[in-house]
Amino acid sequence: MHTVLVGSRKGLFVVRGAGMHWNIAAHHFAGDPVTQVLADARDGAWYAALRMGHFGIKLRKSLDQGASWQEIAAPAFPAKPAEGPWADDNTPWSVDLLWTLVAGGVDEPGTLWAGCIPAGLFRSQDGGASWQLNMPLWEQPGRREWFGGGYDHAGVHSVLVDPRDSRHLTVAVSCGGVWQSLDAGANWALTASGMRADFMPEERVEDGNIQDPHCLVQCAADPQSLWVQHHCGIYRSTDASQSWQQIAAPAPSGFGFAVACDPRNPQRAWFVPAQADTVRIPVGGKMVVTRTDDGGATFKVFGDGLPQDHACHLVYRHALDVAADGQTLAMASTTGALWVSGNAGENWHTVSRDLPPVAAVRFVP
Amino acid sequence: MVVVEFAASLRRHVDCPPQSVTPGSLREVLEAALLGAPELGHYVFDDQRAVRKHVAVFINREMVQDRRHLDQALSAGDRVLVIQALTGG
Repeated sequence: MHTVLVGSRKGLFVVRGAGMHWNIAAHHFAGDPVTQVLADARDGAWYAALRMGHFGIKLRKSLDQGASWQEIAAPAFPAKPAEGPWADDNTPWSVDLLWTLVAGGVDEPGTLWAGCIPAGLFRSQDGGASWQLNMPLWEQPGRREWFGGGYDHAGVHSVLVDPRDSRHLTVAVSCGGVWQSLDAGANWALTASGMRADFMPEERVEDGNIQDPHCLVQCAADPQSLWVQHHCGIYRSTDASQSWQQIAAPAPSGFGFAVACDPRNPQRAWFVPAQADTVRIPVGGKMVVTRTDDGGATFKVFGDGLPQDHACHLVYRHALDVAADGQTLAMASTTGALWVSGNAGENWHTVSRDLPPVAAVRFVP
Repeated sequence: MVVVEFAASLRRHVDCPPQSVTPGSLREVLEAALLGAPELGHYVFDDQRAVRKHVAVFINREMVQDRRHLDQALSAGDRVLVIQALTGG
């Protein structure tokens, strides 16, 4: 039996099942947008990030698998300085969206990382009771060059905590490249070498600081191996982000937002292609998932169980996930469909076609 | 005294009955009223303690236009109403 948390435009859905039998077991925060979810494997806590249209972002925590929720502190920027180099910063110092929420390492209970729009990275060391902005990343001079990719301002959407060393962090920014710290965020280095932003002026195509990685994931069994679904294609790193290799665009498209990596096999990853950045629907109206089993050399295309006629589904960057077994996947779309696969994406089963637009899908570990 | 009232759409999240507070600037009045429910503060204000752009504050029948300074002086008998600006779908 698997449990999946689904963060949607109108609440959090808890979905349970296995094989062909799945059901929506609970609906929390009905009506409120849930932009991210986290089920913390270290202590079993569940978190839901809300983006209330009028009242800002909120964070809720449950210690009993959703039976009850308490409001906890949400990440917030400190007072914007009136003097100094950031006094004229055009970016608002106010969190608009909590985009990613991840647990720290197993050796640091209570540590959480939150990536936001604007592109602040926040850390909690007390299970979300309080948050601190990571100033070294926020105040690194290159931030002035970052810009929004689909939103008004740049944002941090992916945070990886190396399972071998909790102080080793890798974050991805749209649009601001991939950054890495080896000392728990005290110092940062830009690690987007090899990526190309075809939408930029020719002289800046290879500028790492303005790359648009849509989603960054890591293989749990081989943390040196990373995958990125980038605005301009698919990239892979086998040296922990020190260099990136572009993967030839697979059929039917190399454009998309989501990527998931097999936690046991660094060669295997899944993608959900869309036609292009200007046409964000499945190619030819046929919804498919692509999978590589050989590090991106070749891809297989799977559409069985997915709509194949005039489908307009788009899967956002956090709305595809793979369970720890490497076989069970779940994904959901902006058109409100939720699908699961029990055989590594080769066949899909529809759980619902009637959900609100979905932002995040995460298996409970 | 100045009476500060929060709309039901806010009290749905953090309850706070109408508060009677000492006259002062609008910011002083709002901050004093929020002492009755500190958790409501970040529903009304953003990270820089400006009124959120989808929250509307009225002094008697007039909507406050400047969301940042809140330096209008309020007198005994004034009423402040905090509501959600109607947006979304």
